[in-house]
Amino acid sequence: MSVISAPARDAAVEGALLRVTGLSKSYLGPQGPLPVLRGVDLTLGAGESLALMGESGSGKSTLLHLVAGLDHADGGAIHIDDAEVTKLDDEGRAALRRKTLGVVFQQFNLVPSLTVGDNLSLQARLAGRYDRDWRDALAERLGLSALLDRYPEQLSGGQQQRVAVGRALAPRPRLLLADEPTGNLDEATGDAVLNLLLELSATAGAAVLMVTHSARLAARLDRRATLAGGRLAP
Amino acid sequence: MKQFFYTLTTLTSHWRRRPGQFAALFVGLAVATALWSGVAALNDQARRSYDRAAGALGLGGSPSLVAASGGFFAQDAFIALRRAGWKVSPILEGTIRLGDKSYRLLGVEPLTLPKISSNKMPEGDDLNDFLGPPGRALIAPQTLRALGLTEGATPTISEADRLPPLAIARDLAPGMVVVDIGAAQRLLHRPGRLSRLLLAEEPTADAPTLESVIGETLRRVEADEAPELAKLTESFHLNLTAFGLLAYVVGLFIAHASFGLAFEQRLPIIRTLRAIGASLRALSLALVAELTLLALLAGAAGMAGGYLIAAALLPNMAASLEGLYGAELDGALGLAPSWWLSGIGMALIGAAIAAASGLVKTLRLPVLAIAQPFAWREAQRHWLYRQAALAVLALMGAAAALLFGEGMEAGFASMAGLLLGAALALPLPLAAMLRLGERRARGPLAKWFFADALQQLPGLSLALMALLLALSTNIGVGSMVEGFRRTFTQWLDERLVAEIYFEAASDKDAQRITAWLSHREDVAAVLPLCKAKTAIRSTPGSSWPVEIVGAPPHETFSAHFPLLEAHADAWNSIARGDSALISEQHARRLRLALGSTLEIPTPTGDWRVEIVGIYPDYGAAKGQLRVDHDALSSRWPDARRLDYMLRARSETAPEIMLALQAEFGAGVARIIDQAALKQRSTDIFERTFAVTAALDALTLVVSAIALFASLTTLAAARVPQLAPLWAAGVSRRSLALLELARVTLFAGATALVSVPLGLALAYDLVAIVNVRAFGWRLPFHIFPSQWLEVFALALLTAALAALLPIRRLARIAPASLLAVFANER
Ligand SMILES: Nc1ncnc2c1ncn2[C@@H]1O[C@H](COP(=O)(O)OP(=O)(O)OP(=O)(O)O)[C@@H](O)[C@H]1O
Ligand SMILES: [Mg+2]
Repeated sequence: MSVISAPARDAAVEGALLRVTGLSKSYLGPQGPLPVLRGVDLTLGAGESLALMGESGSGKSTLLHLVAGLDHADGGAIHIDDAEVTKLDDEGRAALRRKTLGVVFQQFNLVPSLTVGDNLSLQARLAGRYDRDWRDALAERLGLSALLDRYPEQLSGGQQQRVAVGRALAPRPRLLLADEPTGNLDEATGDAVLNLLLELSATAGAAVLMVTHSARLAARLDRRATLAGGRLAP
Repeated sequence: MKQFFYTLTTLTSHWRRRPGQFAALFVGLAVATALWSGVAALNDQARRSYDRAAGALGLGGSPSLVAASGGFFAQDAFIALRRAGWKVSPILEGTIRLGDKSYRLLGVEPLTLPKISSNKMPEGDDLNDFLGPPGRALIAPQTLRALGLTEGATPTISEADRLPPLAIARDLAPGMVVVDIGAAQRLLHRPGRLSRLLLAEEPTADAPTLESVIGETLRRVEADEAPELAKLTESFHLNLTAFGLLAYVVGLFIAHASFGLAFEQRLPIIRTLRAIGASLRALSLALVAELTLLALLAGAAGMAGGYLIAAALLPNMAASLEGLYGAELDGALGLAPSWWLSGIGMALIGAAIAAASGLVKTLRLPVLAIAQPFAWREAQRHWLYRQAALAVLALMGAAAALLFGEGMEAGFASMAGLLLGAALALPLPLAAMLRLGERRARGPLAKWFFADALQQLPGLSLALMALLLALSTNIGVGSMVEGFRRTFTQWLDERLVAEIYFEAASDKDAQRITAWLSHREDVAAVLPLCKAKTAIRSTPGSSWPVEIVGAPPHETFSAHFPLLEAHADAWNSIARGDSALISEQHARRLRLALGSTLEIPTPTGDWRVEIVGIYPDYGAAKGQLRVDHDALSSRWPDARRLDYMLRARSETAPEIMLALQAEFGAGVARIIDQAALKQRSTDIFERTFAVTAALDALTLVVSAIALFASLTTLAAARVPQLAPLWAAGVSRRSLALLELARVTLFAGATALVSVPLGLALAYDLVAIVNVRAFGWRLPFHIFPSQWLEVFALALLTAALAALLPIRRLARIAPASLLAVFANER
């Protein structure tokens, strides 16, 4: 992992876990490049939680994917701890995802051919940080203990989403990225999942960057920011 | 390491959940390997047996001296030549009977044998045992086994004679018994006689000439038969190898199809793995490890299958080789380590080729794009054009091989190019057909049917290509074999006109027998044949060995003898003594046509003849000329005059044969009636093609498996596409019927394409490969009934392959269809 020496910054930014500066990204559309992010700045301290809001298509998922190193930015920088994500090679970014991040995706999540138990442990095992007690505790809290031997297709949507949350938290990540983790759930279930997510992140000491459409849910997080016109407004 | 391990187990978990897909993949690769290694084992076995037979004593590459007048000669010649410094070694050959089979008895003198033969001889104490008394009879282990005897046994060969104690000699050709020359002379009742002298070394320049030592009694014979035989066996092997490769290519298509689909299906897993931080390195290592493991396992299973195939086909192949080349094949399979290596190697290479494109695509695409069908298919958008371009390349290669290449290899290369090109081009007409269907279709379901089939085409095309290859091979090889069968049987009927063929033991016997026959009322004609060997100069410095057969003018020949082309009064000019008929393979080799003249070297000077006819000679490996009996006799005083054809009414033939044998006993060296001769020839023929037919059928089975594998793999991916239709009110039964219709449509169209391709293949086989391999050309027949058969076979194959996936679809639980919507988020 390459370590970039940080230039002088103000104190608040200095200790941050995640620092995004001037991030820009555009997709190639049929009528030329389509700018989605036009200079996004964002900081998140360790253990802090931030709700990312914005209209559909405003670029929330795009931002999350860039932070996770799943896609390449056109300009700007993303620092996680001392590592600059945009300058890491593929191997470095994979290691970052494995060891430092936990990701709950909007659309895809689980390996259909692995049991719930194996799905829960997968990332922790890849990271070499599998801790059986912690996994069992997660399963217990997420209400999955009775379902460990089932396959994802045999779970309800809410149960699947809880497995995804559990898998992301199992390796004790420092930063949890969640893309509408409760988007498909009814209000009560959504609330329950979110509660668990926040509580378990706090237990694990992870910062949370969560995309949500719901102002009600966003209110439960430490901070809120809205993505509009390719920029982030607090 | 941990990362690698968990990546691997996550990837393989897919197979655990979908064992059917795994089985298809496994079986595809295994069957491909089985076919290849089975053919390779057969080839290997045949080659080794042949080498052994060719390298066997007396047949080796040494030139030899034989009696100028044929038959045996006194061993004084040997002593005289040795004294004069000639390195010669005496040989006496004959036939003995053990039980109800004949064996070749070879008497040798181990101390003077040429090196290539003597290294098969015993040494040290064993040599003393061999020289005796009582001496030893050397025999190959499998011959000993076949006789049901053990070492040391002394079987009887006639009332008075027993062989010396049997001893095993591993390198000996089967069906042969080797004893010391003295023992051979005693056992064959030829005291002091030899059948030939092997020339262990060329005489030195200062050695006295052959004539000055022993006069004109002996004549030198070059070791001419070996290369000719080797060429024939080579072509036989090449044939088999080509078949093995074809089978392997078909197998590769299967493996390719299944691997491609397997990758496509596991893309979501790969994406998730990447998204949660599995490194590219761990992922590629895991994929490669999985592939290698699969290739090793499937390869090993395939090798076992290949062994079974080879073992099942070996008896036929042994019989055919024995019939064709007189080489007896070892009855048990012996497998060289190189065989195992080549089999597993092919499996590995096959898996690698089949998986390469999927692997590269997986590793190159950005994480987020990995499982987007659009991004994945993007790479397939120009797929049709690329296929077409490759097809054109392959076809151009085929044409180039045909135009500029020489020899049989070029013939096979053009065939391979043709097949590959046609297979690659196959999706084009299929896509065109589906587009047309889509445009013409009225109802929404019909429109969907064609559009959906079009979308399925890339996934199924490899399996369809395999089917195309198998079907056209079936047609091509089928027409060749059927054409050969008809030509051959007709040829046999025309060629074998005489009721009885016999061979006298000596000139004196021949005279006595003909005199006796002339008094029998039931014999219509006795036709003597005389035979001589010579070599015809083709280009300066090289010459071709040829056998010349002289036959008397008789309606047996002029009315029946099959000719490919001839002058109008060919038989009259032959009788005049200045013309000859030439066998097709010889005419091709020497580039002779009707009306060409030929200088034949004879003991009495060159003989100029005109070629007045060309005849097919499917049985013989050697070139042959046919001339008038008296013309040949007068020019070859020492020609062999022991062969006769008898004309009689066929009912009386058995009686005449019995009377002949009763009257002359050993004076008749060989006698055979027409029916038995025909029977034997057709037997050899049928056996020869039994191997081909079996491989042909196996190739079809392989392609059925290919289709099955692809359909099974695709079936899982079909559910999400069918679910909306089902939700919109199309019953599962109709959906299943539509699926069946689609598969049948594909198979039918493929069968349609396979007919012209098969015919092209057949033409290539009979008119190019065969001519280059054997020197003669087969008439090109067309068998439309065969096409119908292939058509039915294609539909049946497709229906069978589709049955299981479709049955599953028809019975699929509504919950699985609903799950599609539940998961759609
Ligand atoms: N691979 C892509 N190629 C082209 N355009 C894309 C691609 N992915 C996203 N976009 C476009 O980028 C914009 C931002 O997409 P993004 O998925 O980040 O939005 P979002 O804010 O997450 O929306 P939602 O709330 O609906 O999930 C959208 O207009 C989308 O159409
Ligand atoms: Mg989104």
